[in-house]
Amino acid sequence: MKEINVEDIACAVADLAVRACCRLPQDMVDGMRKAHEAEPSPVGKNILEQLLENAAIAANDSIPICQDTGLAVIFADVGQDVRIVGGAFEDAVNEGVRRGYVDGYLRKSCVAEPLFERKNTRDNTPAVIHTRLVPGDSLRLRLAPKGAGSENKSVVKMLVPADGIEGVRKVVLDAVLAAGPNSCPPMVVGVGLGGTMEMAAICAKRAAARDLESHNHDPRYAAFEEELLELINKTGIGPQGLGGLTTALKVHVEWAPTHIASLPVAVNINCHAARHAEVTL
Amino acid sequence: MSETQMKKIRAPFDEATARSLRAGDRVLISGTILAARDAAHKRLVETLDRGEPLPVDLNGAVVYYVGPSPAKPGEVIGAAGPTTSGRMDAYTPRLLDQGLKGMIGKGYRKPEVVEAMKKHGVPYLAAVGGAGALIARSIKKYTVLTYEDLGPEAVAAMEVEDFPAIVVIDSTGDNYYETGQAPYRRS
Repeated sequence: MKEINVEDIACAVADLAVRACCRLPQDMVDGMRKAHEAEPSPVGKNILEQLLENAAIAANDSIPICQDTGLAVIFADVGQDVRIVGGAFEDAVNEGVRRGYVDGYLRKSCVAEPLFERKNTRDNTPAVIHTRLVPGDSLRLRLAPKGAGSENKSVVKMLVPADGIEGVRKVVLDAVLAAGPNSCPPMVVGVGLGGTMEMAAICAKRAAARDLESHNHDPRYAAFEEELLELINKTGIGPQGLGGLTTALKVHVEWAPTHIASLPVAVNINCHAARHAEVTL
Repeated sequence: MSETQMKKIRAPFDEATARSLRAGDRVLISGTILAARDAAHKRLVETLDRGEPLPVDLNGAVVYYVGPSPAKPGEVIGAAGPTTSGRMDAYTPRLLDQGLKGMIGKGYRKPEVVEAMKKHGVPYLAAVGGAGALIARSIKKYTVLTYEDLGPEAVAAMEVEDFPAIVVIDSTGDNYYETGQAPYRRS
């Protein structure tokens, strides 16, 4: 049984928040460079140049890539042979978010309640935490800040089995077309299939937060990822919606077993600032 | 894109500047623009609803939809890219009636906003969404004018120098999101 102190968790989360917001992951930078070479639209090409320059300035000056430093979404894989000591796990994660966002000069975008007063909590807490209990004695924390410009374009649709692959294609494409320039393309599109309504949404969020170069382990789903990407890049939306062939850099699909009568589909769109950072304690 | 291809313009906009911009024009803006977004727009319109005067002068004003991240010590501002303009659509026609002469944001606008823009001769420009670190370099001064309690949503005056933007919808209603995308549509 390995002991992990909550203070170490808080420190790690604070560091992840600043790192994720200010440093675009290398795989995203590489993906954007590749897209820049291939993009035929001069305006689209210029925008990709500006985005690469923006990422370089952000990393160099340690300021956020995008002013919308999002809600802090945390995927925590907790080893079942880990014992967390010194306090509560979720309090520690939130303490880390508070330190990262306040001390790191990140924008605090969280309101305490959604409908009436919408008062800013002023420290970007609470985080959205997805915890899984997994084998082993380590704690893996992945932080993926999510801005609202792209998050607001998310879709959950409950299809039926007869809708099949064609139905899924349509849901994904409709979501991308509705998002257009609003979600700051080039996008990374996370698609969640199966499970129940909420499971599909979590799958889509995990998919959107994946490393750019990764693909689904099942070759059939990996091929579907490629097919969806091609379809999306035929829309002409392009970088920032001003036209071009780079509407998305990648489509990631995650799936879960589902009910005999269901085919849930969730689409979570990430903007070009598809940020994430990870640590294992 | 070389700087020579870019139009240099000044804000606030005079009538001639506002009407001279064409969809697809790339511009560099210098002068003073106004920062305001969701909560500020709501308050401005509520003020008009009560029949009270606005706390800021919108005559000729160019509004930038932005909620910057906090400035580090010694810096003017944090990251300061545009936010989604569509969320302001419900309030925009009322502010155009008050003399607003230009808008900078990102994303689509509703048809009724475009109609109001045509009526008042106002262009809508897009800054590169998410390029908050790059855009911040063109912002030389940030002064909160009102609604300080709104934090990143407060109304502020921003002094800018060569702020990069692209005209998306001009005062005649031409839309570069449509004309720019069409040649690359393959389906």
